[in-house]
Amino acid sequence: MGETKSSPLLEVRDLRASVGGVEILKGVNLQVWPGELHAIMGPNGSGKSTLANVLAGNPAFVVTAGEALFQGENFLIMRPEERARRGFFLSFQHPIEIPGVRLDNFLRSGMNAVRKSRGLGSVDVLQFNRMLREKAQAVEIDATLLARAVNEGFSGGEKKRMEILQMAVFEPMLAVLDEPDSGLDVDALRIVAEGINRLRRSESATIVITHYQRILNYVVPDKVRVFVGGRIVQSGGKELALEVEAHGYDRFEEAAKAPPASV
Amino acid sequence: MARQTVTPEAQKERYLRAFDSLELNGATQDPSWVRALRKAAIARFKELGFPTTRRGNEEWKYTDVRPVAEAAFQILVPSAPARLGASEVERFTFGEAGWPRLVFVDGVYIGGLSSVPALSGGVRVLSLAKAMAMQDGLVEQHLGRYADYESNAFTALNTAFIHDGAFVHIPDGAILGEPIHLLFLYTAGDQEPVSHPRVLIVAGERSQATVVESHGGLSEGRYFANVVSEIVVGAGATLRYRKVQRQSDPAFHITTTQVALDRDGTFSSMNVDIGGGLVRNNLNLLMGGEGCSCTLDGVYLITGAQHVDNQVIIDHAKPYTTSRELYKGILGGRARSVFHGSIIVRKDARKVNAYQVDKNLLLSNEAEADTKPAFWIYCDDVKCGHGAACGQLDEKMLFYLRSRGIDEEEARKILIRAFVTEVIDSVKDEPLHAYIDELAMAKLQSM
Ligand SMILES: Nc1ncnc2c1ncn2[C@@H]1O[C@H](COP(=O)(O)OP(=O)(O)OP(=O)(O)O)[C@@H](O)[C@H]1O
Ligand SMILES: [Mg+2]
Repeated sequence: MGETKSSPLLEVRDLRASVGGVEILKGVNLQVWPGELHAIMGPNGSGKSTLANVLAGNPAFVVTAGEALFQGENFLIMRPEERARRGFFLSFQHPIEIPGVRLDNFLRSGMNAVRKSRGLGSVDVLQFNRMLREKAQAVEIDATLLARAVNEGFSGGEKKRMEILQMAVFEPMLAVLDEPDSGLDVDALRIVAEGINRLRRSESATIVITHYQRILNYVVPDKVRVFVGGRIVQSGGKELALEVEAHGYDRFEEAAKAPPASV
Repeated sequence: MARQTVTPEAQKERYLRAFDSLELNGATQDPSWVRALRKAAIARFKELGFPTTRRGNEEWKYTDVRPVAEAAFQILVPSAPARLGASEVERFTFGEAGWPRLVFVDGVYIGGLSSVPALSGGVRVLSLAKAMAMQDGLVEQHLGRYADYESNAFTALNTAFIHDGAFVHIPDGAILGEPIHLLFLYTAGDQEPVSHPRVLIVAGERSQATVVESHGGLSEGRYFANVVSEIVVGAGATLRYRKVQRQSDPAFHITTTQVALDRDGTFSSMNVDIGGGLVRNNLNLLMGGEGCSCTLDGVYLITGAQHVDNQVIIDHAKPYTTSRELYKGILGGRARSVFHGSIIVRKDARKVNAYQVDKNLLLSNEAEADTKPAFWIYCDDVKCGHGAACGQLDEKMLFYLRSRGIDEEEARKILIRAFVTEVIDSVKDEPLHAYIDELAMAKLQSM
């Protein structure tokens, strides 16, 4: 395991995936190194969420070609829960409501499953709830929400902040945040961005999928990827985000039609 | 074990003979009005016979009661029940030892196992046999006046064999905190007994109480419990009624619960079915006074070859009456459920608000759930609706749980529990809630 320093955390090679027989991911290539923060920007329907879900192991999507290595291991053959236990985290674009399942209980079950897989004992209820309340305070989530059903009746902003809270609970090695900023007011955006920054560590990495340059003023990316037509068509530094914001995706559409190039 | 059967006609004859022998022997001491009621009911049963699933018989279309009509039960009349120790009863109880509890074994009241403390406000809880023997005026006034033995053969049979059961009287204005538990236990053995427990609850004006009627199997054998409960909810009264059925898997359980509500009365029920092979619950409400309302909840958790049929009829006879129904089922194996919810709104019953929902979760491909809403609305100024859903666990929810490290099997369990939690949580009395919740979770564990 001593190789982590010299190898990428995540390496995706020519990844293709489809849903309902339609190919959505058309050869994605991506490397993410420890300590990095990536931004992925792309038009609606280009497949950004599909990429996030395929990495998380959502069985609704079928991988047809390519590979993904996480910490050097074949990620695609692992069950979603196994990926989570190894330190992968997806913040959902549309977090689902689960009536009848209390948020605190759900997160404790998840936490204990992760701990068990690492040979650690279960956390005690009181101890866990204290930790959860502290972390909730940091993202300005009212403690009463923690005893409610998962996301049920939460506002859009509350759902997004709750995903960030979950990330804080799991302290992942690689977090993919699918539009953590959409639908947020200025204050909520600041809270979410601070939450993301606070969790950055030299050994872990973060991918932020977004439509807006706005969040990148708070969360400064090392790399910006432009995602069009099911793959990454351009990579650059943070100035690329400004360019996308100013000119849109038109100039990248041509590139999307060309055969995939290694990035 | 190959089971003996008889034809439904022969079965009818057996019941008629049993009735005659009872009349000759034990029943001569009973008040004349009880004997007259029984006679009228047996005559009606003789004409009706057992219902069949033949075409046009909507009420019994989905539930074939032939197994009940054909089973060669050995004991048809109430007889001295098996002796039980308190420890055998314990697992069917909840709450504190001093709470009011009547225990019945195969339909017969057992004083030694019961707890009948003096209750505040003049509340009375006693065996029906005793209440009848005491010539209680209220019993005479109400017994047999609500449950219809003219058209329902099982109600006719129960009425013909009224012998024992429970009588609960909550006087006007009385407010009882602790729930009253009517616990019916069944022994089966080789004898395959039939019993006809009868319950009468009279809740006076502005009274408030909780009554739990539970049916538990002491063995895994077969028997037939044919239960009729009549409940009178006075003006402004609140009655919370919980029925918990955890009989043996081969047991037959057929019940009619007949509720009459007066002005501004409130009735809430929770119907839990865990056990039983062939279960049919008739729950009939007469919304008989302006402003009365009911909330009817149900949970059935069934597997193997279990069959549970809930037939709920709400008759909105008066204006400004409200009803809400939420039934949820989880079915595994080859289990089958029927929810048949009828809502009647009479001609002048303005501003009625009625809503019913039945949702089912199928854990196997062979399980089947049928939901049949029926509305008879004779008034324009009403709000009525229904909802139904039937299916498997939500894949998106499953994935969400798994994405946080929870394995698939555990995620399924969490979602299955969550599905029924919504209904069970409507029971607020804590020891009772915990009792029902534990029962439900234990059953789910085995499914
Ligand atoms: N479960 C599904 N079934 C069928 N089609 C799907 C499914 N999920 C995604 N798609 C389709 O795949 C394509 C890519 O969707 P995806 O959600 O990945 O886009 P996106 O880049 O995240 O878009 P947005 O910016 O709007 O979030 C779309 O055409 C979408 O309709
Ligand atoms: Mg998306």
